[in-house]
Amino acid sequence: MSTTTKAPLPEEHPIAPFLRMDRMPHIWCPTCGIGTIVKCFATALDESDLDLDKTAIVSGIGCTGRVAGYMNLDAFHTTHGRAIPFATGLKLGRPELQVVVFSGDGDLSGIGGNHFIHAARRNMDILVILVNNFIYGMTGGQNAPTTPTTARSSTMPFGNFERPFNLPHLAASCGATFVSRWTCLHIRRLTKCMRVALRRKGFRFIEVIAPCSTLYARLNRLGTGLNLMQFYHDEAEIRHDADTRELDIGFQDRIVCGNFIDEERPTYLEMMHSHYEEVLGDRFVPMPPEGGWIHE
Amino acid sequence: MRYWRKPLDIDQVTVPHGRVVIIADRCKGCAFCVEYCPKDVLAMSEDFNRKGYHPPEVVKDGECVNCNLCEMICPDFAIFCVAANDDEAAAAIAAQGVSGEQDGGGPN
Amino acid sequence: MKTDPAGVLTGVHYLDGDYACGEGAMAAGCRFVAGYPITPSTEVVERISQRFPMTGGTFIQMEDELASMAAVVGAAWTGTKVMTVTSGPGFSLMMENIGLATMMETPCVVVNVQRGGPSTGLPTMVGQGDMMQARWGSHGDYEVIALSPQSPQEAFDLMIDAFNLSETWRVPVMFMMDECVGHMTEKVVIPPADEIDVVPRTLSDKKPGEYLPYAVNGRPVPEFVRAGDGYRFHTTGLTHDERGYPVMSVECQEENVHRLMNKIRLNADQIIHIEEEDTDGADVVVMAYGITARVARMGIDMARAEGVKVGFLRLIVVWPFPEERIRELAKKVKAFVVPEINYGQMVLEVERCAGGKAPAILVPHGGGGVHDPATICQAIVEASK
Repeated sequence: MSTTTKAPLPEEHPIAPFLRMDRMPHIWCPTCGIGTIVKCFATALDESDLDLDKTAIVSGIGCTGRVAGYMNLDAFHTTHGRAIPFATGLKLGRPELQVVVFSGDGDLSGIGGNHFIHAARRNMDILVILVNNFIYGMTGGQNAPTTPTTARSSTMPFGNFERPFNLPHLAASCGATFVSRWTCLHIRRLTKCMRVALRRKGFRFIEVIAPCSTLYARLNRLGTGLNLMQFYHDEAEIRHDADTRELDIGFQDRIVCGNFIDEERPTYLEMMHSHYEEVLGDRFVPMPPEGGWIHE
Repeated sequence: MRYWRKPLDIDQVTVPHGRVVIIADRCKGCAFCVEYCPKDVLAMSEDFNRKGYHPPEVVKDGECVNCNLCEMICPDFAIFCVAANDDEAAAAIAAQGVSGEQDGGGPN
Repeated sequence: MKTDPAGVLTGVHYLDGDYACGEGAMAAGCRFVAGYPITPSTEVVERISQRFPMTGGTFIQMEDELASMAAVVGAAWTGTKVMTVTSGPGFSLMMENIGLATMMETPCVVVNVQRGGPSTGLPTMVGQGDMMQARWGSHGDYEVIALSPQSPQEAFDLMIDAFNLSETWRVPVMFMMDECVGHMTEKVVIPPADEIDVVPRTLSDKKPGEYLPYAVNGRPVPEFVRAGDGYRFHTTGLTHDERGYPVMSVECQEENVHRLMNKIRLNADQIIHIEEEDTDGADVVVMAYGITARVARMGIDMARAEGVKVGFLRLIVVWPFPEERIRELAKKVKAFVVPEINYGQMVLEVERCAGGKAPAILVPHGGGGVHDPATICQAIVEASK
């Protein structure tokens, strides 16, 4: 290796322009899957040819909630569970923005559950990437609405007896127009899914299963994140267009991945505009795409 | 990854070559890249980086096919590939037989 | 600058306080409202939902008050002037994101049409029991501005002040109406747009790369930019440094939070707005706000008829509290009389500032109605002895 002269190697990672490199290394644990998902998302942004100046990312609280802090976009680290309504405000205040919500399972389906179902119902034009590690990681491994039955957590030390959410089914039944699930091992399919979703309109939902080494894996004696990745390798099934009712996840059971729903329906703003045009005619003054900023 | 037979068009297809760049101080020793490299180019090294983790090292220099899987799967943005030409790859393969010394293939 | 005429319903109207408040918001340039219905504030958003489609504004009824406040804070980052509307129970729910707005330094107006509390209380009847909550409702150390109108006309006029204060100081402004003023119908004069001065959302002229979201450089507030203008800024509810990045340290907390407090405290004299009548040489000074101010005037007239020298101090800006003025008056008067429709909230501030030099006598009312002026008169007369 050292005997041949070579062209000098680049020193920085090619995805660096999409990240806040002044904050690296990030806080996520060794073998945590969130970094991988961020890499896929950054690649998808790169490939999607979106105007990144007009792309905003909103996160809540939790391990995945830290994603906004590492992305080189207009980034908002908001309160627990409120990323989706915050994103709604951004989108409605400046309709030309492409708004992405990137947060965790506890944040978006626990405390944020109400906002999740209503944004889906309204077909609010936002992309929601939900990282599901089956636990509340940042706060020390408590039971989440997605923790599989019988799994252990710090607040269910004898095993979870609750039934978890089937998130793709929840999103679909509330009216989401784009619903997918992948694990963070499916790097290329996930990147492609994100790239496609970035170009769609309406309430787009991508659930990404990720390993949580320090809490979920450790409390359930599943090894490290690498062991969980090997588990995804063995047990993930790809079934595109599967019926979302069949997508429940049991403890260390098969994980059904794929693109389940991809439809086009009028978004909230489209419905609002067409309705007001019909009812009010010329009197209707829509907010311009550049937003409601009034200036000299 | 091993082929159980030779592909019929193996003389028509050009296998790309790549060089691996490892940003060792960012690595957290998760071993995803080692596990999932399709050519088994990487192994965890015995070195320590600044934070006390074992970063990976290239053990089969010249066999990287620039598939970028390590780049995609690394959660810490600590490894990536760049394209290499045939001569560089051949020289690297030859060098493996010459000396036992392994290099990280990039800044360490 | 002069306001955008699209939102100004110039003319002489007969409106209730809620409607006047909504008109005030539109006249001030508000173009995004997220709300949730709650008596007695619902009429504000009903009015806005009727008028916004014609003024270029967007109104959305969110699924709850938590979402309303979050949406309002989000929309403010697009450069739009924003508002939400609620009453006591909703105000409690909004506290989380009011805290977020103070930490992110987001201009916004929160209208609280107060009703009898606590909890569900008296949904259709007046109260003034949220005054302390306006100042202390969210957790941690922060400062806000709060105003209290006494009539539908003031509900219009002071809304414009509320938005201007919010823009100037980059802080949420609590508009503490009460159900009486909200549901009272009176003459409201709305001037032409070129007579209404508004503080526009001023943006930084720094280029992306040079701009730091929370650098002040000696100014009281940092410079604002809009999401979508290419600045790629980061903002968070965590304690943060000038770059908007979270920093967990004692020094950063001191710098960040102390600056937020000083922003208002050191500039209180530019924000405080009170109205005084006959306080010079008075033996007793009555302090009141909102609907109680109007009732108090009757009580004062009755007391004056009995020969007491009474002065009147009306709080228009309730927070920051006019501490200096109360301290001054405390040296000269025999007592303060504070009627309020609660069991003692702003009276505690008077007592604190008076420092024992003059007693602060509360005339309480549990809520559900206004004081009997005779009760206030009696308190004044006794205080003068």
